[in-house]
Amino acid sequence: MENKRKYVIPGDLVTTGPFRPEQNVILEGKKIISTSIGISEIYDDSVRVIPLTGKYIPKIDDLVIGKVLSHTSLSWELDINSCYVGFLPAQDVFGRDFSAHADELSSKLKTGDLVAARIANFDRTRDPLITISDRDLGKIDSGSLVKISPSKVPRLIGKRGSMIQMIEQATNAAVTIGQNGWVVISCESPEGLLKAKKAIQMVDEKAHIANLTDQVKEMLESKGES
Amino acid sequence: MGGREATMVLLDENGIRCDGRKIDETRKITIKAGVLKNADGSAYIEFGDNKILVGIFGPRDVHPKHMSDTDTGILRVRYHMEPFSVTERKRPAPSRREIEISKVIKEALEPAVMLEKFPRTAVDVFIEVLQADGGTRCAALAAASVALADAGIPMRDMVAACASGKVADTIVLDVNNEEDQAGQADMPVGYMPNLEKITLLQLDGVLTPEEYKKCVDVGVNGCKLVYEIQKKALTDKYFGNGKD
Repeated sequence: MENKRKYVIPGDLVTTGPFRPEQNVILEGKKIISTSIGISEIYDDSVRVIPLTGKYIPKIDDLVIGKVLSHTSLSWELDINSCYVGFLPAQDVFGRDFSAHADELSSKLKTGDLVAARIANFDRTRDPLITISDRDLGKIDSGSLVKISPSKVPRLIGKRGSMIQMIEQATNAAVTIGQNGWVVISCESPEGLLKAKKAIQMVDEKAHIANLTDQVKEMLESKGES
Repeated sequence: MGGREATMVLLDENGIRCDGRKIDETRKITIKAGVLKNADGSAYIEFGDNKILVGIFGPRDVHPKHMSDTDTGILRVRYHMEPFSVTERKRPAPSRREIEISKVIKEALEPAVMLEKFPRTAVDVFIEVLQADGGTRCAALAAASVALADAGIPMRDMVAACASGKVADTIVLDVNNEEDQAGQADMPVGYMPNLEKITLLQLDGVLTPEEYKKCVDVGVNGCKLVYEIQKKALTDKYFGNGKD
């Protein structure tokens, strides 16, 4: 048996054998081949490659942060940092008794507003449908937006949220991470905000380093003393 | 390199070529991935005296909209030579040759890139030749493949490329500008090394069937050498200062 994790580039053989190909791998005959640059992982019966680069591709149930691009009389269009625009129907915000005559969409969300949303539905035939009718979703009124590479979002969250919890505790900031690589930080104190921002950018730049959690911790603590 | 002598020896009795290479030797190749900040993916290649920069955008919205395909993404390639890339100033407008090379590179990349994952989008490949010295289409194709991988576009395999040809009645690997001008045949080969499939094959010149077979084999072997360098470029960027 080969070792569990491997660095791969497109075309590299990940493994052969009766495994289920999952993300970023294809089956060519009996070989399982990687299709991106990343780290391959072999589980009991499945193989996947965690990509290290690439654009955000919407997935159902992902939390994303979007920016309102425009609206028609029936829906909004949101930039979700992907190759597709997010589609937010007016019924989702106004409820089922929405009427295109009576309700004005710009009264709820204006162009340029930031929104925390969830991908409600997405398939290859249509643009992603998004929803904001859930707890913790909706318009974001305050905070600072940081853009990181979407492929580094899992690193920012860390194992069971370890990285982000550490940043939040050290800076007293509330951080909302969109799977699309957009992150909103809100914090009472400006120092905490700057420090959290710096920590997040540090994760983005140094995502491949092994003991990053310790380095970020060091940075957060050293700044606190000075 | 510059001026050609009237009586240049393309291949001497010891099997050494006009620039000091053996018949199965490539020029010095270096590739660097991720050299541009604003592009989604990029690569820079030095293939002997060729210097080529590739930038990738996408997948992104298709403009004009009527070009988009609801079933699959589309690939658009622009190969362009800078006015200063050759000894005499080249007019910057796309020439017939550049349009052809854009097309063949696009068709050489298409079997590798999994565009069907991104319907209604486009992947744009911009190739800028900063300095040309024969074999730019192969160098450009090799660099474009690295840049696509850097952009995170899913690919079935990398595409490596290298030319072979016939010079002084001998089949040689990686034809340079002098050999291209004075030689007898030039054959660019694009190859997917893991899937073992050829994606680009052109031939300018006359070869016998035996020579043709040998020329393809030599070209494919050249591609395998180029592939190792492509692999190193990506490994250096992504796994350079990590473990392993």
